[in-house]
Amino acid sequence: MVPTSNYLLLAAALFCMGMLGVLVRRNALVVFMCVELMLNASNLTFLAFARHRGDMTGHISAFFVIAVAAAEAAIGLAIVIAVFRSRGTLNVDDIRTMRH
Amino acid sequence: MNAEVVLFYAFAVLALLSAGMVIASRSPINSALSLVATFFFLAGTYVLLLAHTIAVLQVLVYAGAIMVLFLFVIMLLNLTETEGERAKVTFGRVAGALAAVSLFALLALVVMGVKGAPTAMATAELARFGTLAALGQTLYTEWLLPFEAVSLLLLVAIVGAVVVAKARI
Repeated sequence: MVPTSNYLLLAAALFCMGMLGVLVRRNALVVFMCVELMLNASNLTFLAFARHRGDMTGHISAFFVIAVAAAEAAIGLAIVIAVFRSRGTLNVDDIRTMRH
Repeated sequence: MNAEVVLFYAFAVLALLSAGMVIASRSPINSALSLVATFFFLAGTYVLLLAHTIAVLQVLVYAGAIMVLFLFVIMLLNLTETEGERAKVTFGRVAGALAAVSLFALLALVVMGVKGAPTAMATAELARFGTLAALGQTLYTEWLLPFEAVSLLLLVAIVGAVVVAKARI
């Protein structure tokens, strides 16, 4: 049987890779994908603890995370399309109207 | 070494590799397809954690719906060529990598404190854990109000997506 800490380590590694992508990549779409990766890592943590404790509440949390991720993807991609339409770029360094 | 251990390490290594491909590949299409692969391997680990329903939802909603949406947007915006994503070492990138590595070290330190294997369950309980019936029973009794709130959230997201993306209403 695989100890729970291995699942949690995998989730931590995936979360940090997602965070690395958010911090390092400049393409807004790829940044978005990395956010999805982080959400999935948190889901894995929920499910690992649900199995660890034999309690299905973690599954409910994972279910809600998936639903919220779907909503977030719909809104976020709409924003990406709107930004691309008005700026002609998806480079997050070039989109800095709200910086000042 | 039983099948569970072998499968876990196979899924873990493949998920980490494809997650690395998401970050490293230069074209957004390659990133998106690597992300689909990551989702599939993660669904495999969900099954190992007896979360069958969530694994199916993961494949249907994430690898199916959300990633199709991503690929559709990439196609719509014609992003096949890389947008000058130079592999330059800048201060921001080094700082980002340092932050990610130190966060991982911290999380690993905390996670190592979680001792022991998953709880052993009786056969009847084990057969029920993670099934659609058990999930539905918990969802529609204990978590009914949050469930309805999520349906409202999805409705708001649909309306919002139309309002944001449409040039003129």
